[in-house]
Amino acid sequence: MKLFTYDAVSSLPAALAARRGTFFAGGTTLVDLMKLEVLTPERLVDIGSLPLTKIEATPARLRIEALARMADVAASHDVLRNYPVVAQALLRSASPQIRNMATIGGNLMQRTRCSYFRSVAEPCNKRVPGSGCGAFEGDNRSHALFGGGPACVATHASDLAVALVALDATLTLTSAKGSRDVPLAEFYLLPGSSPSTENVLAPGELITAVNATGGPRAARSLYVKVRDRASFEFALVSVAAALALEGGMVKDVRLAAGGVGTKPWRLAAAESALRGQPATLAAFEGAAKRSLEGAMPLSGNGFKTSLLERTVVKTLARLGGVS
Amino acid sequence: MAEPGDRRSFMKKATGLLGLAAAPELALAAREAQTAPPPGLHDVALSVNGTKRTLRIDPRVTLLDALRERLDLTGAKKGCDHGACGACTVLVNGRRVNACLTLAVTCRGKEVLTIEGLAQGDTLHPVQQAFLEDDAFQCGFCTPGQILSAVACIREDRAGSDLEIREAMSGNLCRCGAYPNIVAAVKRARDAQAGRAQAGRK
Ligand SMILES: Cc1cc2nc3c(=O)[nH]c(=O)nc-3n(C[C@H](O)[C@H](O)[C@H](O)COP(=O)(O)OP(=O)(O)OC[C@H]3O[C@@H](n4cnc5c(N)ncnc54)[C@H](O)[C@@H]3O)c2cc1C
Ligand code: FES
Ligand code: FES
Repeated sequence: MKLFTYDAVSSLPAALAARRGTFFAGGTTLVDLMKLEVLTPERLVDIGSLPLTKIEATPARLRIEALARMADVAASHDVLRNYPVVAQALLRSASPQIRNMATIGGNLMQRTRCSYFRSVAEPCNKRVPGSGCGAFEGDNRSHALFGGGPACVATHASDLAVALVALDATLTLTSAKGSRDVPLAEFYLLPGSSPSTENVLAPGELITAVNATGGPRAARSLYVKVRDRASFEFALVSVAAALALEGGMVKDVRLAAGGVGTKPWRLAAAESALRGQPATLAAFEGAAKRSLEGAMPLSGNGFKTSLLERTVVKTLARLGGVS
Repeated sequence: MAEPGDRRSFMKKATGLLGLAAAPELALAAREAQTAPPPGLHDVALSVNGTKRTLRIDPRVTLLDALRERLDLTGAKKGCDHGACGACTVLVNGRRVNACLTLAVTCRGKEVLTIEGLAQGDTLHPVQQAFLEDDAFQCGFCTPGQILSAVACIREDRAGSDLEIREAMSGNLCRCGAYPNIVAAVKRARDAQAGRAQAGRK
């Protein structure tokens, strides 16, 4: 680990006044990557004990403050009842130990698990702009089908982010100048030619809360995660779905996928194929085919296309109560 | 081959080079209490297994290294050092965490419980006792982490079915594959603790 200075702050104004430095919340991404010297911050500003831990999950509205721990959000009965996809995504993330430490804000800001990014001996445009992408023509079994290109095909690793995209969530971002709300789907940026810029957060700006609107769709939501082992593993493919049914018809639906995109991937074509259709297996299968629109498989990850399609069907079938 | 003691004292000297003093802990605490830490170091007072300790440390030192190299508590093990195996699991303020991903400087004022602090004198904690009775280990390397994780798992009320226990214990890997006996031990300890709680109410 490279040398850094460390200061803990105990209030939001103090954190925002810090200006320079890297915010340190649960530390589970940072300490990991600092040990690998993938990240070498000069100054850590520890926001881990800021009093921003409130979790509100009424049927009408979800608001989770950024320093709430993953474990505490997952254990909230209101979250499970009114926004099940959020609780499920969290319970299928990392381990109980990590969830006790890690925060919601930190989770959304976690870095990719791409092995080229994680090794300073390898080329990676995300880590060292201009050094190339080792994965595009290299070992890319875990990499993205959507949103990538020769400069970068690293997936975004957060399960929570996928669930929140399916809820049309917004983030409250706060800086010394004030607050703004940004839809989560617009918060993340595609790698394009500058994969090192991952989101629209300004220097010194903090995520202070996650917000979503409740309702029948949010209450009927589900997260399905497919991985190499039963637990404590990142997604090969995951699907978050939220479904509003009326008289056996799909009134409205949201679908998002993880493990397949350079950012949490909204399956918009599949959604529009499903709206107004009967909630039947045939309709779900038809929509699932549309979820592959725009997919660009690499040499090692072609299996993810059929895996995604089947996971979409399985998720919708479970939500719609058909088999 | 070097004795474990030799290796530990070598590690202590090595960490001393990083600005971590190698003097005996008590003397250190007394001396340091009087002076402000030099630039770049931090004084961290915390409770470890019920005893107040003060560390003067570089902020890069993890809780795991502080326990093992500074406080001679080598029960918590270093497996992966990246949060991926659970061998370093300890309880901080009653919650299980990975000591390898915890910077010691963030533990100011907190209570740390390691495997060394679990038994009451010569009486083993019910989870320790159950691990013995169910033969829930082979080489023992993962065991201190498994035991603390199991203590938390039972406290979190996530020790119902075998499936639930497996999921709730999934942050602790066992290279020897003692999983079936670990699940049995968690159930035995859960039942022993429930029985004791009921006896206490009578
Ligand atoms: C072994 C292992 C397995 C894992 N498995 C999974 C998994 O299956 N699914 C999954 O989703 N995740 C997984 N993770 C990732 C884990 O969820 C993240 O490391 C964690 O959520 C990060 O949160 P933190 O509070 O510890 O962040 P930190 O490490 O403190 O910070 C991470 C980043 O976020 C920034 N940051 C933190 N808080 C804020 C804020 N409020 N505003 C702005 N910036 C902020 C920091 O500056 C830093 O850049 C795993 C991690 C490990 C180590
Ligand atoms: S040593 Fe900490 S999790 Fe492996
Ligand atoms: S007993 Fe050997 S690693 Fe678990």
